[in-house]
Amino acid sequence: MGLTTYVEAIREGIREEMSTDERVFVLGEDVAVYGGAFKVTAGMLEEFGENRVIDTPISESGIVATAIGAAMMGMRPVAEMQFADFISCAFDQITNFAAKCRYRWGAGVPIVVRGPSGGGIHGGPFHSQNPEMYFVHTPGLKVVCPATAYDAKGLIKAAIRDPDPVIFFEHKFLYRRVKEELPGADYVVPLGEAEVRRAGSDISVITYGAMVFRALDAAKELEREGIDLEVIDLRSLLPWDRHTVLESVKKTNKVILLHEATRTGGFAGELAAVIAEEAFEHLDGPIRRITAPDTPVPYSPPMEEFFLPQVSDVVRVARELNDY
Amino acid sequence: MSEIKVIMPQMGESIFEGTITKWLKSVGDPVERDEPLFEISTDKIDSEIPSPASGVLKRVLFDVDAVVEINTVVAYIESSDSAESDDSAPVEEHASDPAAAADAPESPPSVGRAGTSTSEIASSPMVRRLAKEHGIDLAALDGKGTGADGRITKRDIMSYIEQQGEEIHPAADSPDDDERIPMTAMRKSIADHMVQSRRTSAHVATVFEVDGSRIMAARDAMKADFERSGAKLTYTPFFVHAVAAALKKFPMLNASVDGDEIVQKGHVNIGVAVALDDGLLVPVIRDADRAGLLDLARSIADLSARARTRTLLPEEVRGGTFTITNPGIFGGLYGIPIINQPQVAILAVGGIEKRPVVIDDAISIRPMAYLALSFDHRIIDGAVADQFMSEVKGRLQGWKS
Repeated sequence: MGLTTYVEAIREGIREEMSTDERVFVLGEDVAVYGGAFKVTAGMLEEFGENRVIDTPISESGIVATAIGAAMMGMRPVAEMQFADFISCAFDQITNFAAKCRYRWGAGVPIVVRGPSGGGIHGGPFHSQNPEMYFVHTPGLKVVCPATAYDAKGLIKAAIRDPDPVIFFEHKFLYRRVKEELPGADYVVPLGEAEVRRAGSDISVITYGAMVFRALDAAKELEREGIDLEVIDLRSLLPWDRHTVLESVKKTNKVILLHEATRTGGFAGELAAVIAEEAFEHLDGPIRRITAPDTPVPYSPPMEEFFLPQVSDVVRVARELNDY
Repeated sequence: MSEIKVIMPQMGESIFEGTITKWLKSVGDPVERDEPLFEISTDKIDSEIPSPASGVLKRVLFDVDAVVEINTVVAYIESSDSAESDDSAPVEEHASDPAAAADAPESPPSVGRAGTSTSEIASSPMVRRLAKEHGIDLAALDGKGTGADGRITKRDIMSYIEQQGEEIHPAADSPDDDERIPMTAMRKSIADHMVQSRRTSAHVATVFEVDGSRIMAARDAMKADFERSGAKLTYTPFFVHAVAAALKKFPMLNASVDGDEIVQKGHVNIGVAVALDDGLLVPVIRDADRAGLLDLARSIADLSARARTRTLLPEEVRGGTFTITNPGIFGGLYGIPIINQPQVAILAVGGIEKRPVVIDDAISIRPMAYLALSFDHRIIDGAVADQFMSEVKGRLQGWKS
């Protein structure tokens, strides 16, 4: 069996769920005839027909509202946002409606809203954002950010099977850059479980999405200096895996929190608070954050490179923390 | 108008800190002199603390759950009483308060405590935790830190611990199934107190065996009468009674050590240890030598009941001059107790059990008990201790109802 890319893994995951569960269908802008802007849904129209692969008007609010209605009627819709940046148009439907139905009257809304997020492809301020924190702040939602092909497939399948709304952020930088051999058998990756990507003893780097690979590259570089990084891939941000994070902190006693989203109100803040609350006496140095600065994502390539956390940033902060 | 200091009072001997459990007033609230201002919990009692002055609560320096050393300023009251305008006056007043001037030894262990010196040495929460767990004063590593600006790092303290020959499990290997239970204030106090006593006194023990036939008979004869007057008669009052009388005869056991002087106490105040689920308390029977058996029975019953509900008053747990503990109730033959500082002797009373004994070359069955005395050999010689024990034994065996 050959290597499967991240984008193919998501496609396979959706296809498998559509094949085994006739309630599952996809909808979004250009998902049918064109096969999606990033070709996630390529070939699905031919395989499942126009009743289960639906092109919609350009209205994210309408797409999500349609999905919610279908979910309430017993379906399992998978709605695509052409870019995750545009999910803000559907913000009210997601946060005020889908997220609160279970709480208000016990109605599950089993929708998946998925779309490509993240920078590094010179997409500029409207095609590169990481909008996960808007949704992490909303009780009632689940938020997922896979980094590998295996996880992308396992998590999209878990998201489709989940009885509640799941926001699924794919990282577009990874679509065709990461690939691996996937098991032939059916599997899911449970929501809310982190993965130790690299075990290490000196510093824990807690991260998710494309930054997982920055952390792993930094770890390789630092290995030569005798600094042993542990890299934790959160995979899910809501709910998130406190146990794995705290155990890692208790082991290494030093922490770097790394994410591509901007700094203020980023997930690192929440992680730092919980670590300080629950593992304070295990800290041997300050909790350090490496994030994008508080600006829109720049269009200019050198500016974007400056904006995004780089391997060199992780190396520098890890050295500082090691010497602390 | 002036600011009056509100002081954490000393609630009993050997209590050096208290936990603030509740503020009854908020900043800005008016407060009357002697009106309850905050609540504290010490290892021995819970108490409401009255305001030292009338005025407005201006500043609160410690939040709820803060553990505060005695005689520390915890709040300021803006006084409305001109008579108290002298800033130092209320503090003075508090110092002369009987609670603050309790007859406690003038050497609280807080002085020179490791924490004081370590606070100025750069380290980390983890290093401080390891230091605490291994009883290391971080001052020992001062100047040896390899971190930024000489900071003591995890590696520094781990290698120090290894050098000290202590077995250390790196945090990474700490087993998940171990449970760490923080000590309660009472537990910490007992722990400190016991170790301090071992360090202070030269502990020696002597064990006597007592025939309890007479006190058993006396108890059986008096039990019904006592119950009618509302007192349950146990054996403890008999022991307290006999010990109190013996202490009058051997005052060296009713004493304390103050530097190079022996202080023989003017009163015989006997503490009786009461076991609780999470520790023990020692309420004190004052002037036990002057009380009759009925009075002793009543006050022992009352004090133990209130020890269990933790409603003892501060003065009821301090000022003891001798302690009796009763390991016998759980089946122990005898135990060798640790002296309750600053006292110099403690008696452990074993359970009364029928045993074969030789009397006039015949074997007889008698209710026997072991009495074990720990005494401070600094001031009490073995002969004196044994004479004291012989006196106690004689009084119990020859009990006259």
